[in-house]
Amino acid sequence: MARILMKGNEALGEAAIKAGAKFYFGYPITPQNEVSAYMAERLPEVGGVFLQAESEVSAINMVYGAGGAGARVLITSSSPGISLMQEGISYIAGAEIPAVIVNVMRGGPGLGGIQPGQADYFQATRGGGHGDYFMVVLAPESIQEMVDIMQEAFDIADQYRNPVMILADGMMGQMMEAVDLDNVEKSDRNLPPKTWATTGMAHHQGKNIINSLELDPAKLEKHNLDLKKKYDEMAKNEVKYEMYKCDDADIIAVAYGTTARIVKNTIDMASREGIKMGLIRPISLWPFPQEPFDRTADRAKAYISVEMSMGQMVEDVRLAVNGRKPVHFYGRTGGMIPEPKDILAEIKNILGGVK
Amino acid sequence: MAKVIYEKPKGITDAITHYCPGCTHGIIHGLVAESLEELGVLGESIGVAPVGCAVLAYNYFNCDMQEAAHGRAPAVATGIKRVLPDRTVFTYQGDGDLAAIGTAEIVHAAARGENITVIFVNNAIYGMTGGQMAPTTLLGQVTTTTPYGRKPEANGFPIRICEMLSTLEGAAYVARVSVHDINNIRKAKKAIKEAFQTQIDRKGFSIVEVLSTCPTNWGLTPAEAIKWLKNNMIPHYPLATFKSPWGVK
Amino acid sequence: MEERVIMAGFGGQGLMTIGQLLAYAGLEEDKNVSWMPSYGPEQRGGTANCHVIVSDGPVGSPVISEATGVIVMNRPSLEKFESYLIQGGVLVIDSTLIDVKASRTDVEAIYVPADEMANEMGNSKMANMIMLGAYVQKTGVVKLESLFNALRHVWGNTAKERFVEPNIEAIKKGAGLIGELVK
Repeated sequence: MARILMKGNEALGEAAIKAGAKFYFGYPITPQNEVSAYMAERLPEVGGVFLQAESEVSAINMVYGAGGAGARVLITSSSPGISLMQEGISYIAGAEIPAVIVNVMRGGPGLGGIQPGQADYFQATRGGGHGDYFMVVLAPESIQEMVDIMQEAFDIADQYRNPVMILADGMMGQMMEAVDLDNVEKSDRNLPPKTWATTGMAHHQGKNIINSLELDPAKLEKHNLDLKKKYDEMAKNEVKYEMYKCDDADIIAVAYGTTARIVKNTIDMASREGIKMGLIRPISLWPFPQEPFDRTADRAKAYISVEMSMGQMVEDVRLAVNGRKPVHFYGRTGGMIPEPKDILAEIKNILGGVK
Repeated sequence: MAKVIYEKPKGITDAITHYCPGCTHGIIHGLVAESLEELGVLGESIGVAPVGCAVLAYNYFNCDMQEAAHGRAPAVATGIKRVLPDRTVFTYQGDGDLAAIGTAEIVHAAARGENITVIFVNNAIYGMTGGQMAPTTLLGQVTTTTPYGRKPEANGFPIRICEMLSTLEGAAYVARVSVHDINNIRKAKKAIKEAFQTQIDRKGFSIVEVLSTCPTNWGLTPAEAIKWLKNNMIPHYPLATFKSPWGVK
Repeated sequence: MEERVIMAGFGGQGLMTIGQLLAYAGLEEDKNVSWMPSYGPEQRGGTANCHVIVSDGPVGSPVISEATGVIVMNRPSLEKFESYLIQGGVLVIDSTLIDVKASRTDVEAIYVPADEMANEMGNSKMANMIMLGAYVQKTGVVKLESLFNALRHVWGNTAKERFVEPNIEAIKKGAGLIGELVK
């Protein structure tokens, strides 16, 4: 099939179906409503179930039940709705249920706005709910990459029995781009059978319990140590990033998703003015990529984190740079899309100061 | 040779329960387990445990279980049932779980006619957390958070869940029973079995509210607690079958 | 080559549709394209706009801050988006619905009586296509034939199939104006 023009919100739904997710639970919230409408129409055609829940709180718990019963499940929402789901996500992580959660981010805090934002970085990369847990967080920069990453997200979720979050924003959800849905690379991961799923004792050996409660402190710590081991594995194996024109760059921007696209425009603009600028684009925000920083820290004069937030990923950039070079920040908030010329002005300013 | 006249139901594990002396959770667990076994669906059943006194129910029921967040059991059960529509899926919830923090989930599961069965244990108090006021606490009843008795002007009125859910078209089977004596335990068993049969017949949402005792937090002996349930709870929470696919007398 | 065009007017005038059509036409020519709608609280008759980029290189931000083209079908949109145009950019104005002239003199303003022409063709709903035809003919962002193919591919075999040929006619009408209308 040729490339077709598709809205991000619809493409991600179709990609999930192609990845074998036949169950979707959600609650309306802008700017991701097209996912629900798309799934409501498509899922019955493939023998799946779309269910509009009474709240995000309820929807994420339906994901808990359905995922615990062994199904591949997709849930999507936007920032305030994702906040409501945090209880459920914590339980899903604690009970080790695979699920894919998409956050089509908008501006905050509170009701914030409905235009694109990236201010949920902390929430996504630090677990988000209570307790010690992490999710693999993936941030695509185009609709095609979002489609490709969806298959990967479900595989990662199943491999580790852990929730995976795709962090998009209103721009990725609302825009249309050309996308090829049929040439998605199938992974060669060896996915374990879901022998733990609650499908009824007549359907498997012994009794299965999906649970995150452990009242005995020693046993709870053991559970947390096991989870930690799993997170360490994820941190080792699931790092993804792109390095763009970093080889001889004097200044390296760090940006993800929508903002990375804008930074790429800025790099072209900068190069026309003789400024050597590169981009490190983390595709996995957790685990955050360390390697591209180690590879560039000798050569680069400075780094700048560019985000649609007031400064969140910049903390991970500082940890990765670890004092070797100055780390700067440029950020705008929900709907105030950073413009290449403004980013470039900031960069000239920095390079003027970094001699 | 001695003749076996009663056995522990196959639907109950060998685990020793943590329930207080005189608590009626054990009786209700037994009735649920017997019903699943007698209907031949034990191996096809998935239960959802709540947060509250029955939080460890996943250790006691001998079928696949999921432990839900506080109040969310009907949503979790919905997720399971939508994936496995031919299995028997039930929740087991207390009054704080179902009638306070989980009100949205129970109302909407019923409104959707979600084909699950809910066992709702109402003892008019929070047990696990130490005797606080529940949404079903009676007027005048003393709890740790209503030390002067529940007053309507400060604490509002007790909620009658069965009457409320009966108004919803999606609720196919709604009954309130009690387990304060043998006769009522028999009736409770019948209701629980009918509720599961409603699900097996794919008729829609079913709920059985079981009036239960909490001697520990009521500050009564088990025998006094039984009497208190009969004299105080039943007048406010009348025992009845409110809706049934087989008709209501 | 990178064309960045903003299309704006009232909801229901079909600006989202011609934006998507232009993006599809770019896709027909194997170009990189993006289409980004304005979104917000739904209001019937409210203003609506979309941003379309057709480019030989990768598309950065799909939100346009410096437009090479602007198509407007109501006065508030003219007032809002005129300032987005780069010097020498193309501004297509529906002169049936907008009774004022462009205030900028450093852009190329084209006045198309699209509503009137569409009414003459018997369907006022095709004014959007007339506007698009004029814009595409003026800028050469895509070939007219690519627009026609896009219409056939997107609407063919759907409930809208019967609108394909009339819309092609409307695009041709708009394209035919270029030359005589440029002032």
